[in-house]
Amino acid sequence: MNKKSSLMSRLAGAPYIVWAALFIIVPLCMVAYYAFTDSNGVFTLNNLSDIGKYADTFILSIWLGLLATVICLVVAYPLAYIMAQKGPEKQSSMTMLIMLPMWMNFLLRTYSWMTILEDNGLLTTALNFIVDNINNLMGAELSPVHLINTRGAVVVGMVYNFLPYMILPIYTVMLKTDRSLVEAAQDLGGNKLDVFRNVTIPLSVPGIVSGFTMVFVPSVSTFYISQKLGGTGTILIGDIIETQFQTANNFHLGASLSFVLMILIFICLAVMNRFSDDDGGVII
Amino acid sequence: MKKTTFGSKLYTALVFLFLYAPIAVLIIFSFNSGKSTSVFEGFSLYWYKELFNDAATLTAFKNSMIVAVISSIIATVMGTTAATAIYGYKNKLFKSSIMTVTNIPMMNPEIVTGVSMMLLFVFIGSIFGKTGTLGFVTLIIAHVTFELPYVILNVLPKLRQTDPHLAEAAQDLGCTPAQAFFKVVLPAIMPGIISGLMMAFTLSVDDFIISYFVSGTSSQTLPIRIFSMTKRRVTPDMYALSTLIFLAILVLLIVSNIISARGDKKLSKKTKGGGK
Repeated sequence: MNKKSSLMSRLAGAPYIVWAALFIIVPLCMVAYYAFTDSNGVFTLNNLSDIGKYADTFILSIWLGLLATVICLVVAYPLAYIMAQKGPEKQSSMTMLIMLPMWMNFLLRTYSWMTILEDNGLLTTALNFIVDNINNLMGAELSPVHLINTRGAVVVGMVYNFLPYMILPIYTVMLKTDRSLVEAAQDLGGNKLDVFRNVTIPLSVPGIVSGFTMVFVPSVSTFYISQKLGGTGTILIGDIIETQFQTANNFHLGASLSFVLMILIFICLAVMNRFSDDDGGVII
Repeated sequence: MKKTTFGSKLYTALVFLFLYAPIAVLIIFSFNSGKSTSVFEGFSLYWYKELFNDAATLTAFKNSMIVAVISSIIATVMGTTAATAIYGYKNKLFKSSIMTVTNIPMMNPEIVTGVSMMLLFVFIGSIFGKTGTLGFVTLIIAHVTFELPYVILNVLPKLRQTDPHLAEAAQDLGCTPAQAFFKVVLPAIMPGIISGLMMAFTLSVDDFIISYFVSGTSSQTLPIRIFSMTKRRVTPDMYALSTLIFLAILVLLIVSNIISARGDKKLSKKTKGGGK
């Protein structure tokens, strides 16, 4: 009796397997194919050796991406901890409030930061008002604040856009943490700090790892945030890839840049996953 | 004790201020009577009227909806059958390699996914000597592809929670395997299917990066339209649009929260009644 059903269920997987092969595996092979050929379809390593020119861009992207990820972690961890202590009603409404901005169009959210950080925008005006007052009152010579088109603005944009991806996985893991472990640690004489350092943090590592990848990957590969908030001074690897495909029409260089970016990110993910014995399967 | 509560409240408030300040700016300036997105000149609904007169934006919105509905339905049906099949596979290596492939679109940077699919479509087009292969079909294929893992990962846990003996019992009682699936397994995993469907739909509506690479000129979605608008100086009609989207999502989330809260109550009643 079971033979028939198992055959059927096996066949049920076939459309997906074909789909995944065609539209996940083959496209990645296409990236490799374009990366290693020239416009006549002949094998070449020129595209890859051209990447040397963009080493600085790669380094800047990784640096800003890491910075944004670490800031996200520092901001998100206490909030996730606070949330996990609350009652179920409050938890679900807070989760909703954190997810809500994510469903807003990401382009418009980023654009809105342009309004805030502009030279005559809200935040800059407020900060310059303070700076002026300090200068007047104390005779200091602080220069006026300039926020837009700086690297800092790009990092703010990254943190803003991807912060929920850090909060939610950490919070989910903390919720699943066995309360009795914390209690046991307290019973054994640990003070609050001890318990936090030796029980809460180690147990939340899978959430941290998952949040880290979910923030780091889109930050490193972004192009819109850097275009809008970074001006011409902050060109990231995503910007260069986008240019190759949308305006410069150099698919081969674009493909080789994407290829290297992909490999770099998979290496980062592999390293990150070594820190957690979980398979990183925390889904929000 | 009281001090720490105050501190944590303040901290929470600050983070939420950070999360919502830009959205507040969007909403406030959507009511601006002037053209500026940084100087508020007075209250008006002018930009909302303007929005509904903008044919290109409305077409883009329609395209977004078409793509989201079609792609999320395909992804949900295919993903659910795939999840049941994957759940049933006995071969561990086969199972884990399928899961690895499934995770690729989630782990890979979106720009790489978009570029890789664009290259595939362009390559296929070049084989047949055609240019301009990018359009609705490629857009839907790409959306289905990046939605599938989310559907599968929403359905799989529900399958694990479902007692496998239930389907067997149904078959012992005379159901065919197909009947057992539709009458017993499917209702049990329905919450996972629905959350997968909703996730697929919202991801599709929201997606910019992948769509940007695989759509043609005739198949502009809303995010792509917004992108081309933000290349120039943005007028507040985009803000009006995002205010409306924000309200729609707010209502959707509240409704779905109420539904799921009711479902939880029912479930807890059932389990209480049934005992153990």
